[in-house]
Amino acid sequence: MNSTLIAWILRAVPFGTIIMYGALGEIVTEKSGNLNLGVPGIMYLGGFAGFASAYLYENAVAEPNYLLCVLLALVCAFLAAMAGGLIYSFLTITLRANQNVTGLALTTFGMGVANFFGVFILNGRTATQSLVYRAFQTKMPVLSGLGALGQTVFGYGFMVYAAIALAVALHFFFTRTRAGLNLRAVGENPATADAAGVSVARYKYLATCLGAGISGLGGLYYVLDYNQGIWATTGQIEALGWLAVALVIFTTWKPLNAIWGSYLFGALYWLYQFMPSLLGWSLPGYVTDLIQMLPYVVTIIVLVVTSLHKRRENQPPASLGLAYFREER
Amino acid sequence: MTAKHETAREPLIRVVKRTSMSAKGKLGVRLAAVLLALLADAAFIFLVTGLNPIAVYRTMFSGTFGTSLRFSWAMRDLASLLLIGIALAPAFKMRFWNIGAEGQVLMGALATATVMIYCGDTLPAPLLFAAMLLASVAAGALWGFIPAWFKARFSTNETLFTLMMNYVAIQIVACCVNIWRGQASGLGKLNMRTKAGWFPQIFGQRYTINLIVVVALTVAVFCYLRYAKQGYEIAVVGESENTARYAGINVGRVVVRTMILSGALCGLTGFLIVGGRDQTISTGTAGGNGFTAIIVAWLAKFNTFTMALISFLLIFLEKGAGEIASAYNLNDYASDIIAGIILFFILGSEFFINYRAVLRGHGHQEVRK
Repeated sequence: MNSTLIAWILRAVPFGTIIMYGALGEIVTEKSGNLNLGVPGIMYLGGFAGFASAYLYENAVAEPNYLLCVLLALVCAFLAAMAGGLIYSFLTITLRANQNVTGLALTTFGMGVANFFGVFILNGRTATQSLVYRAFQTKMPVLSGLGALGQTVFGYGFMVYAAIALAVALHFFFTRTRAGLNLRAVGENPATADAAGVSVARYKYLATCLGAGISGLGGLYYVLDYNQGIWATTGQIEALGWLAVALVIFTTWKPLNAIWGSYLFGALYWLYQFMPSLLGWSLPGYVTDLIQMLPYVVTIIVLVVTSLHKRRENQPPASLGLAYFREER
Repeated sequence: MTAKHETAREPLIRVVKRTSMSAKGKLGVRLAAVLLALLADAAFIFLVTGLNPIAVYRTMFSGTFGTSLRFSWAMRDLASLLLIGIALAPAFKMRFWNIGAEGQVLMGALATATVMIYCGDTLPAPLLFAAMLLASVAAGALWGFIPAWFKARFSTNETLFTLMMNYVAIQIVACCVNIWRGQASGLGKLNMRTKAGWFPQIFGQRYTINLIVVVALTVAVFCYLRYAKQGYEIAVVGESENTARYAGINVGRVVVRTMILSGALCGLTGFLIVGGRDQTISTGTAGGNGFTAIIVAWLAKFNTFTMALISFLLIFLEKGAGEIASAYNLNDYASDIIAGIILFFILGSEFFINYRAVLRGHGHQEVRK
């Protein structure tokens, strides 16, 4: 296999994994009928909480146990992101505030919280690193050494494979379990689900909070694996968060599509760096900006095509973006 | 005994829709929300930094009102935010979720900059300004038209479509800036030598024109939505598309027309930002105002005068947080947190305007009355 191609894949898959977590969480949320535009904020919360917990633990203990450190980071990231989801849930489900506006406010808030407290940890430096990234990046010992195939298939940290497993698990959850089917019913038609005895509020709360937790892991993966454990004040996570929202549309709300969709987005994102050596074209700098536009353009095309065909299974959840009030109508 | 049985089945708190609430009551709820939010923020400031919240708020106050120059800067930034809010009002009143203001502003700004660069030396000033204005309005309108047409024709989800259009616009701007700057590290001010396309200074500031336009548009869009036939059509489509159809309103046409208007006003904002404020362009020209304006427009319930108040509150917070940051060695991101908390409280307070909670047992008494 061409070495450029390998390098490209090794870039695309980790990048895709960040947005795959973001998108999987948002799929769970949107299946309940909640359109949470706070994904970037939630990914900030998760990324920062994970980094901060690992960093503080590392510096507090003389000989840190890195397994414990990884667990701590995962738990903290999940909980912090869930807290963001809880704010959103309380406002939109209990208080029936507008979902779009609440989500955007959550994005501002999450970005603010992460960068505000981040500056305290940075303590005057522009960037600081947690060594736990080595544990996150640990590859499979033998398999990752088996030539090109081993490198491209087994050459990543454990969270890459966990994301794939999660996507498969969610697929089974949505199609094969009672809870998953109930959740979809809540997102499609909450009044019918309510009449059938499904607790709409409970499903919406759980789906939104757990979905936020999963999205938060995307932020964690970005900071502690993709970015090699380096925290710096950045706007990068916000762009990734919106890309995750785009990916949800691209997958037409199906977790299995998120696996290849996210890698495709990653490949498109890094295309500009590898296209010259792959195809022998030399590109002027400004073309890279247009190439990075591709994921969004592709998403728009998918959005238009699915609305053209009107195939039931490709549509957004029917009550997406609407609050449910039992006494209405 | 049967009565006891009935009440036992009732939940502790039941939520009932309010029929209406007096203007005084609405104002009271919102003021209470802002006050509670300020208390929550004070608690946050105290817990995190240990600073006296009142002293911090006083410092914050001076961020906007400290000097006349600061006040004028606050007004300049208020104009940009409020203009976008006003641009969004018609679309939101129609219940069309135009999340794409950021992109529409950028496209307007890009069109303005293009005209400035390529026609700055050849066209006389009045023609140049006319060309900048036309190009920006057309670019913004186009960016609004595309999702609206698909919405009207195929009912494509407009929230997601307009959101994606932002990033397409950002990348196009990044590409153009890259071409124009050449080998330089940044673009710098456009037409630095000739100052072609820069707004004239009035009262010592180039952005005075922006302030005049924002005042005029606040009144104009308010009247358009309240008194014009088209404004009425927008309201009907927003309340119920079926009613609109039954009344003989061509829903698709209203949707496309309103979004062209909304996008055009966003494009105009881009023109004012480039000509009157920045004299240059970057991917940060809209600076997130396109998203903040969504919150402004929604909270104001499409009333442009209320929008002015809410925009002022947000700009006040932003400037104040910047002031706190330099005074207490904190960082600017405090403003995002403080603004976020205030927005959460105001969003939550809407509930108490639209609904009321009924405690167990109290509902029945009301029926008997």
